[in-house]
This record gives sequence, C-alpha cells and structure tokens, in this order.
Amino acid sequence: MQKAILSGDEAVARAAWEAGVSVAAAYPGTPSTEILENITTYKDDIYCTWANNEKIATEIAIGASIGGMRALAAMKHVGMNVASDPIFSAAYTGVNGGLVIVSADDPGCHSSQNEQDNRLYAPHAKIGMLEPSDSQECKDFTKAAFELSERFDLIMMIRMTTRVCHSKSIVQLDQRENIQAKTYVSDPQKYAMLPVNARKRHIAVEANLEALKAYSYSSDINKTEINDTSIGIITSGISYMHAKEAFGDSASYLKLGITYPLSDRLIIEFAQKMKKIYVIEEGEGYLEEAVKALGIDCVGKQLLGSQGELNAQKVRIAFGLQAAGEGYATDKTAPPRPPVLCAGCPHRGFYHAMGKRKDKILAVGDIGCYSLGVNAPYNGFDIAICMGSGFSIPIGLSKALEMQNDTRKVFGILGDSTFFHSGFNSMVDAIHLGANVCLCVLDNSITAMTGHQENAGTQKNLMGYEVPAIDILQMIYSTGIDQTCVKIVDPIDQKAMGEAIDQALETDGPFVIVTKRPCALLKEVIKANKGAHCTVDPDKCVGCKACMKIACPAMAFEGKKANITDEASCTACGLCMQMCKFDAISKAGI
Amino acid sequence: MNLLFTGVGGQGTILTTKILSEALVHMGYDVKMSEIHGMSQRGGTVNTQLKYGTKIYAPNIGEAEADIIVAFEKAEALRALPFLKKGGSIVMDEREIYSMPVLIGQAEYPHDADEILSKCVEHVSVVPASRIAEELGNIKVQNICLLGALVKLLELQDINWDALIAQSVPPRMAEINQIAFKKGYDLISAKKELT
Ligand SMILES: Cc1ncc(C[n+]2csc(CCOP(=O)(O)OP(=O)(O)O)c2C)c(N)n1
Repeated sequence: MQKAILSGDEAVARAAWEAGVSVAAAYPGTPSTEILENITTYKDDIYCTWANNEKIATEIAIGASIGGMRALAAMKHVGMNVASDPIFSAAYTGVNGGLVIVSADDPGCHSSQNEQDNRLYAPHAKIGMLEPSDSQECKDFTKAAFELSERFDLIMMIRMTTRVCHSKSIVQLDQRENIQAKTYVSDPQKYAMLPVNARKRHIAVEANLEALKAYSYSSDINKTEINDTSIGIITSGISYMHAKEAFGDSASYLKLGITYPLSDRLIIEFAQKMKKIYVIEEGEGYLEEAVKALGIDCVGKQLLGSQGELNAQKVRIAFGLQAAGEGYATDKTAPPRPPVLCAGCPHRGFYHAMGKRKDKILAVGDIGCYSLGVNAPYNGFDIAICMGSGFSIPIGLSKALEMQNDTRKVFGILGDSTFFHSGFNSMVDAIHLGANVCLCVLDNSITAMTGHQENAGTQKNLMGYEVPAIDILQMIYSTGIDQTCVKIVDPIDQKAMGEAIDQALETDGPFVIVTKRPCALLKEVIKANKGAHCTVDPDKCVGCKACMKIACPAMAFEGKKANITDEASCTACGLCMQMCKFDAISKAGI
Repeated sequence: MNLLFTGVGGQGTILTTKILSEALVHMGYDVKMSEIHGMSQRGGTVNTQLKYGTKIYAPNIGEAEADIIVAFEKAEALRALPFLKKGGSIVMDEREIYSMPVLIGQAEYPHDADEILSKCVEHVSVVPASRIAEELGNIKVQNICLLGALVKLLELQDINWDALIAQSVPPRMAEINQIAFKKGYDLISAKKELT
C-alpha cells in the first residue's frame, strides 16, 4: 500500500477524493484553506470552488447533496458562524448525497480573532460530529462521515483544530471509491423547510440522531484502551495525543471519535471500570459537561482551563505529573516580532496618508492583511471584530459620535475579498441610510492574508479556469451613490491618497474610497518588479528619518543614515521617495 | 527526539523540517511535524516542530520539552529558550534580523543573545550559516546549511542527503544547497575537535 506524509488538511482532501466526492466548496481561512487547495489536485473528478463566504460555500454543498452527489464544504471556525444559518435548517432536511462540513478551529488564536470551540455547534445545529486526532484519522473519519451521512440522513461535521490541520504524519493511501450518484426525486416535504414541513423534519432529525447514537456505541471510530484502571481518561481529537503522551500506559482511555451524538452507554461502561475519571480536552468543557450530566464525577477544566492550546507538558503540569519550570530561563527577553506589512504593500500607503489626518478620523478595521495596520507606527484603526463589520460598525459608531457632538468622521476599512464576503451588504446599508461614513475598499486584487486565493474579483477561479471578474466599482455605482463621492486612487501616490481622504472629510454623508494596487507578492507583480529597488544616496541623506515613518521592512537606519537593507524584497514602490525632502532616494535596477 | 525550529517568516524553516522528516520516515521512524503559518508569514516569528521516535503522539512541543532548538535568527533563539529541556542543545545562527519594533526604536535588539544563552545552557553551538550562505551567493541556502549542522549533531549521516536535497529544491538550486549542507555538516565536526 502506498504511504505519504500528509497534513490533516491534505488528508481530508485525499479522503474527499477517495470517498467519491463530486462537489467541494469553501471560503479560505486558516487553518482550513489547504483542504480546498489540495482538492484541486483531483479537479478532474471533483468540481471545486471558492465561494464568496462560508454560507455560500455551504449552500453550494447542500445543493449538490440534494442533487444526489457527495459534497463537502470547509471553513475555519468563525466561518461556521457565517454558515450557521443554512446548517441549522439543512440539518432538518437531511441529505441525499453524503454531506460533510469541515470546521477547523484555532485554539491558541494562531491566526484568528477568537478561540471558539465549534464542538458546541453539533448539538445546537443537530448534526453528527467526528473528531480526528491525526492525519490518518482525518482521512478515515472523513470517509466514514460520508457513509454515516447517507446511512443516517444527517449532515456530518468533521471538527479539526490547527494542530490536526497543520501537522504532518504518515497516511496510507487508497483508491477512489466508485460512488453511484443518487437520483434527485422531488420531495418538498423533506427539502422545503416551511413551518408545516419543518415541524415534521425536526422529529425526523431527532430520530436520526438517536439512531447514530445507538450506532456510536459499537462503532470502531470510538476507541477504548484499558490499561491501569486507577485513572480513566475521556478525551477526543488532538487532546488524546497530549493525554497519551503525558500519561502513557499508566492510565486507560476512552478516545471518542464520534463526539456528537455521544454514546452515554460507552461513557458509563468505561467510567464504571475506573477509580477516577479525568476529562482532557482543549477549549470548552464540552465532554466534561456531558460526562457530569450522566452523574459521573470527573475532573477536567478545573485543572486545564479553557484558554489556549494544549500540549503534553501542560497536561503533565495540570495533573501533577511533573512540576513546571524544569527547563531554562533568563531575565533577558526577545523583542516582540509581530507580523508586518510586506515591503511594497499597497496598504502601507493608505495607512500613512490616514495617519497624517488622525485627529479628524475614527477608523474601524476588518480582517485581512490590512489588519496589520493596527500596529505602530500606523495605529490605523481602533476596532476590528469580524469580516464585513468594517463597513457596518461605522454606521452605528458614526451615529453615536454625532449624538455626542464628536465631529470626527468614521472610516471603515476592508479588502476586496472581504468586500465580496459580506462588506458589500454593509455598504449598501450605509449608503441607503445616508450614514456619515467613509468606506475604504483596499483592493489588492487577491485574498492575500490567507495566501493568495482567487475571489470574485479575479479572472481565474480555484481550478485555474478563466472566469468573468466581477467589477467592484460597478457594484458600488449600482447603489446609486453620487459618483463624485467615489474616489479611486493608487494608495502609494500620497498626493492622490491624501486628497481623497480630505475630500471624504469635507463630505457630509457616505463617501467611498477604492484603493487599487495589486499585492506586492503576486507572481505577476514580482515578475514585473524584478531587479527594481530603491536606493539611498548617502551624500544627500541628512538622517532626518522622515522615510522611517512608513515602517518599511526593506529599510533600516544605520550609521545615522537611512538605507535600503533588503534590496531583494524592496519593490521600488517609491513610497519612501515621497517622504524624502532631500531627493536622497531614487529608483534603481529598472 | 523533539526538535524545535525557529526563525523569521521567509527563512525557510518549513522546508528544512520537511526535508528532515522525509529522511526520518525513510529511516523507519514514526514522525510528526507541526507548523504554524498564517499571520506568521508576514515577517513574524515562525516555529516548526518535528518529533520522531518509535511512536509519536502529540505533534507539538510544550515548554521544557525540546531536545534541540535550531534557531535561524539570534533573538529567536532567546525567545524559544523556555521550550528547551534541561540538558538539551541549541544550534543557532548568529544572524540578526531586526523586527519592526526594533527598527522604529520601540524595542532593543539583544545583540548578546548568544552570550547570554551560552552562559545558561550547557550545549550551545553558534554557527555562521547565514554568512556561509552569503559567501555562496544566496542567503536563502542558510536553512540547508543549518540542516547540515543538525544532521551532524543528530548523527543521521546514513541517508543520501545529496539526493534528498536535490529532489526537494528547484534543479538549478540543487548544487548550491548541497554545498551549503556539506559546509554546515563540517561546522559541527570542526567545532567538536576544537573543544
Ligand atoms: C468569517 C471568516 N472567514 C474567513 C476568515 C479568514 N480570513 C481572514 S483575512 C481573510 C482574507 C482577507 O482578504 P482581503 O479582504 O482581500 O484582504 P487582504 O488580506 O488581501 O488585504 C480571510 C479569508 C475570517 N477571519 N473570518
């Protein structure tokens, strides 16, 4: 049998192919992005696509499932909030072709705005849930999920976490199963969720969950490992790995693979054999509460807490197997190294121009590379909550300021992908309501933060085919906004950028700025810029540090002079040149 | 064996870990490799972790659990110190990369990080991998030079590294990487003879 070292994401992609999936959709989001990216390897067999947001991705998958094909939708944990509307109601309809939703959670907030534990969604939404703990299980469980989805007429969720998604381990590969398409038969009572049908389907989904629960008792997706019976550990997903590494064979384990519905019988029978029960889980006390609800005494969150990512050492320390602080320490600390806007990043020009008018502006950011503008020296905005909110929070915020006679203008900031995700909906309301806000779309022609995924504004789709690019400007004009209140600028051009902001400040009512310049890391851009960089003439440089204010990582101040220290990453965007009053910086290598 | 690789976005820590895990799987070990990317791509700290042995459970390394820390940058070695197990080793490049807070004068760079670490940790090897890479004409091969040093330290020579490197990098980069590997490998033996 063929073996490969795969990440959890790669293994899910492989499983989708082996399980005979025909349609897969997602909106990118770390740590889930690589699932769809890897499914493109099988694009001859699987139609795969990015959607504008997670709700749409899920609905594409629901449509394919109802149409009789196996379908998958993948998203990061917060994406499931966006997708929850269709999930909660499609849970009632059940499936035709198997339907699997992959949720990739991010304990420790490695690249997210919160640490929400999506296991809690499963009972709430009434969908089945499997939790793999390594790449082999990612493959096995995803394949099993499709089977279970069809057998029990349920949506199944694969719940992963960053360490499962982004860790690589050895996986056995198999061939693609030949799955017959299921014919679509018109059945509004099952698929049209009007009250009269929904009431009946609610009964059906509860019965289907009961059936899955009964199956769960004897399923080999759950594993019982009996060693010493003085300690019994109930765990799931990656937490099993941490528990096993910490306790080894000195404890027994109930490793739950099916974590919704939970098999009460399995838990009770395991607990009866043990003197003491520990529940070891990352995030919320999801399993612990279920165990306690069965009247079983156990210890878990009280020792582990619910914040951050677990590791074996934390488990050892929490359960008293090892004292903390057996390593090394010094007094000296390393300086912080936050991620920064890249050299040549168009967002830098935007934030620099905004910074010059700071006292007149209160800015709301959003989630994307431009989120990095929150850091010094830009301090570009104060507020960032979730995708799309960059254009709707300003509506309420501007009202609140107005009521208190605060004359600052509220600016909203988001990128092209976020605009398509949900920002446009917010913009429509802002313009419709005549809100006194300036909405800025930082269009860098790609979904950059998550690693350059195509979006509705790009001319290629995920599979690499030519598609019509949707024009952001036409969308904005379609709202009927006075066209003189829409400014399109190159954000590196500080004169134009500044004028646009000034005009927005002078306007009472909605104003829109679209900054247009592609991400500096796009292949075409790198190619076009090849060899080009800026250079500082040390004779002309007076060491005034004006150019250092833009905080470009390609520049440093050395020996009382500014210098381009990283010519390879400098793109000769020329923003630093505009800072210099002494003409000391010029372009070279062009 | 628990290995923690730390560096700055763009230094090639992930490729290094990938090549090493490939080799370890060939040698019959159970291997788990864990990387965190996302925000960290944009010039932030990048950590990748590799664990190997007969059977590996958890993919990530907690505090005081690493046998070896391989630091591609000086200040990052200091930052990673809490992860080192008592008696473990640090292999660190002397290269300094200033973070934005340092560049804009909000934080100070610890130029003496190597000395501080050498004082409190018994086994520290400071290697000029980036200087060697620069002399070879491409700073990017710093990572493979460090890999060479690490392979020597771990005594993993029973693998055709030249072939493995060649299949892991673009063809035109194979030779320079192989040379960098050899130079890194020799760094450690030379050092051992000195002491
Ligand atoms: C609901 C939700 N889905 C996905 C993500 C992951 N995510 C963070 S930023 C981002 C892309 C932003 O792209 P864009 O708006 O074009 O800005 P850029 O990074 O290109 O500047 C995505 C998909 C998220 N944080 N929240």
